[in-house]
Amino acid sequence: MRYLPLTDTDRGDMLAKIGAGSIDDLFVDVPEIARLDGPIRDLPMHASEMAVERHMKARANKNLAAGDAPFFLGAGAYRHHIPASVDTVIQRGEFLTAYTPYQPEIAQGTLQMLFEFQTQVARLYGCAVANASLYDGSTACWEAVAMAGRVTKRNRAVLSGALHPHYAQVVKTMAQFTGDTIADSAPAIQTEPDLDGLTARIDDETACVVVQYPDILGRISDLSKVADAAHAKGALLIVVNTEPVALGAIMSPGEMGADIVVGEGQSIGVGLQFGGPYLGLFAVRDPKHVRQMPGRLCGETTDAEGKRGFVLTLSTREQHIRREKATSNICTNSGLCALAFSVHMTLLGEKGMRELAAENHRLACLAADRLEKVPGVKLLNTSFFNEFTLMLDGKPAREIVRELADRGVLGGVSLGRLYPGIEALEHALLVAVTETTTEDDIETLANELERIVMEPAQ
Amino acid sequence: MNAPNKSGWKPAMEAAEDGLHNGPQTVTGNRALMLEEPLIFEIGKAEVTGVDLPKIDPAVPTRLAGLHRDDAIGLVGLTEPETVRHYTRLSRQNYGIDLGFFPLGSCTMKHNPRLNEKMARLPGFADIHPLAPQNSVQGALQVIDELATWLKTLTGMPAVAMSPKAGAHGELCGILAIRAAHTAAGNPREVVLVPESAHGTNPATAAFAGYRVEDIPATPEGRVNVAELKARLGPDVAAVMITNPNTCGLFEKDFREIADAVHEAGGYVYCDGANFNAIVGRVRPGDLGVDAMHINLHKTFSTPHGGGGPGSGPVVFSEALAPYAPLPFVKQDDAGEYYLVEEEHREERGPTFGRMTAFHGQMGMFTRALTYMLSHGADGLKQVAEDAVLNANYILRSLEDLLHAPFADSGPCMHEALFGDKDFGGDLSTLDLAKALIDEGYHPMTVYFPLVVHGAMLVEPTETESKASIDQFIEAFRSVAQRALDGDQSMKQAPYYAPRRRLDETAAARKPKLAWSEPEE
Repeated sequence: MRYLPLTDTDRGDMLAKIGAGSIDDLFVDVPEIARLDGPIRDLPMHASEMAVERHMKARANKNLAAGDAPFFLGAGAYRHHIPASVDTVIQRGEFLTAYTPYQPEIAQGTLQMLFEFQTQVARLYGCAVANASLYDGSTACWEAVAMAGRVTKRNRAVLSGALHPHYAQVVKTMAQFTGDTIADSAPAIQTEPDLDGLTARIDDETACVVVQYPDILGRISDLSKVADAAHAKGALLIVVNTEPVALGAIMSPGEMGADIVVGEGQSIGVGLQFGGPYLGLFAVRDPKHVRQMPGRLCGETTDAEGKRGFVLTLSTREQHIRREKATSNICTNSGLCALAFSVHMTLLGEKGMRELAAENHRLACLAADRLEKVPGVKLLNTSFFNEFTLMLDGKPAREIVRELADRGVLGGVSLGRLYPGIEALEHALLVAVTETTTEDDIETLANELERIVMEPAQ
Repeated sequence: MNAPNKSGWKPAMEAAEDGLHNGPQTVTGNRALMLEEPLIFEIGKAEVTGVDLPKIDPAVPTRLAGLHRDDAIGLVGLTEPETVRHYTRLSRQNYGIDLGFFPLGSCTMKHNPRLNEKMARLPGFADIHPLAPQNSVQGALQVIDELATWLKTLTGMPAVAMSPKAGAHGELCGILAIRAAHTAAGNPREVVLVPESAHGTNPATAAFAGYRVEDIPATPEGRVNVAELKARLGPDVAAVMITNPNTCGLFEKDFREIADAVHEAGGYVYCDGANFNAIVGRVRPGDLGVDAMHINLHKTFSTPHGGGGPGSGPVVFSEALAPYAPLPFVKQDDAGEYYLVEEEHREERGPTFGRMTAFHGQMGMFTRALTYMLSHGADGLKQVAEDAVLNANYILRSLEDLLHAPFADSGPCMHEALFGDKDFGGDLSTLDLAKALIDEGYHPMTVYFPLVVHGAMLVEPTETESKASIDQFIEAFRSVAQRALDGDQSMKQAPYYAPRRRLDETAAARKPKLAWSEPEE
């Protein structure tokens, strides 16, 4: 077996040293009832590298890769170009095969990277402090709600109807168990989000208001008023961002008064990967909230010779020290995804980030204008960054998406899939455009939509 | 041209006090292949970028609701050559499995096969969207289903939730399912029992799920005290969380008896599967009466630790808990087409407790883990457990004459060997020994865990170390252990040869500096 260095001679010598007659003697504490007499029969035996590769490729080939089709899916995961050097860096064994940096003297590579990453995220979000990452945007969203509860000593969260429904589901799932109350609603299908309706739901019991920016329908709005309304009632504003590239063009949530900013970092350096692993970003505007944060934090210090160095810090918040009184049960971060994000961000820099955002927006405007010209298609948004909602006549959007896929076009996400049972959304299609989208792709989608939308339903 | 040394450290021109660095000091602060590297914010520039993008045309109208980001974001860029060099230099200040032995107990730092990486990067896996129409991702859903089958078969359990993002997330998933099952029966109950030797995640998870945590004491031989546990069981106990093999490196031989007693009292048995590597292919937790168990794909199934994530923590469930498993899960219809059961499938979703994450879990880790399983096969995985246990026992028996091994007489250890700092001379501690081991070229073992042993040192060799590698480690470990027993005071300043000497963690916590800012002139 190519991954097992021990030889049979080694095994014999080692058993002799241990004083055991056979390997079975080492499993003597396993009760009879649980002992297997040989390899599990329902599974295949070992295979060569070549055979395994063949097996896996056969499965990969059954999928239509985003890069092989005109591609317009977003809704919390976006396809961006990843510079080649990003993958080169994350495949270096010293990063790939390292452990959580508990021994800082021999983990300065990971730690300095995390310190740089935290700085990049904090600045992108307009915040003071970011943590070293969480699992993904949706779990970061729940951790923010939980943290707001700790800060305000209240347990009512008001969710915007235009928060990604899966994020809302994660929050509601957890809240059933923690005794938090969640006030949420479905998104109103209109050009402007109903922020007045949202602020009207904030009361003296409210711990936090959770708003997505840009929201699930792609709309952008000034959240300063929501921040003021929340603060007037002693509540925190949590802003969720699922497309970090947008923050190269639009005002940061921190600038608008968000207290906690969370989001998905997948767009930068990580790739689609069918939903994971992704990268949860988490930051606070006010440094006084740092000790209530979940997750890992990397901080600067010096070593015994006075050299600058970095360590994981404030770990008394964490489970391995505080056990049942910890700020979260999480035990690690998304280190390698954070590295990918940070390398990509370093390649972009201020200039690249702004140009990338501008290019995304330019192409999205182009797409919106072209698709709006298709008979039976209406554009909902007056504002958007790189994702917008189309209202389609005729068949439900889910069917249209499936037919498009059959024709080799990945045309968007039907809101009916995200919001099952909400009649008004059955005909809504969410379309995302990035720098990877070509004008030909846009033309193809427009032509295919024209063909399908007006067809009579089967 | 090396970047200027901005670390604030000025080279002393005389030999260091410890007399160990007798070579001349360098002006750069570098030492040949050990290169100092500034922060990107000290070498990058706002106007520099390593990507080629179209220039911004300010005349193009925008639809950003007037919310333009006018002020500087505060990012800096590097060109590609500078970027590659920056991260390459940083990487060389890291220890990794590729470099050497990584004996971290409870973490299973085995070799990460590169075929896994190659397969995960196939565009058909890496470049597909989680919400892609399901007729376009049949192969991906098949991989999730196949991995689920492997996990169910290896554990002897009927159901599995694939979406948890890491071990701790898996624990949460298991405890939430338990709470949901109790709630459905009319009473969520109040208490979760956790052994003293448990990972900190266990009590934190139980508390997050709304339970009060009570400790179960251990016996002197390092196992759960069955009599005390049984005495504590009652109608208020929702579950017991047990790690098996446990964090003392021992198999809980009374596990079945414990499980039966817990079930008798109407509770559920959660098993922390962190140490599954010791028994994979040889023991099925389902045969021991487990109701829920998470499996760390980044331990037993060789997906990379990545300097702290991403992990992956699928959870297997018994028949009793299966209906409460979270969404989504993969099913096949009559035509053989795979599909995801999500919120909208009201009939099929059953009494699920809900959703743990936005999408379907760590697909990138599923492809790696499945690749690994196929490589080893059922026979290889059984050999994995045997070699891991053999290596650990070999270490235990090669060190027990020198170091305090509190459970050496409790029978064979499983995948890891536990030592304590009893009899260390002077005021030397486990930490000092760990730092001295760094100078010998090893990442230290897990220290100060489990809490049941004073100055604990938990050594897990895994199956991917050769006998020569382990012999060399034993020699190094014996030498630093002997120094600790002799009270060698020079260990208090170790490590001497790492990229950094001991770091001041107290100062870091007292005045946290968690982001870079322009130095004040």
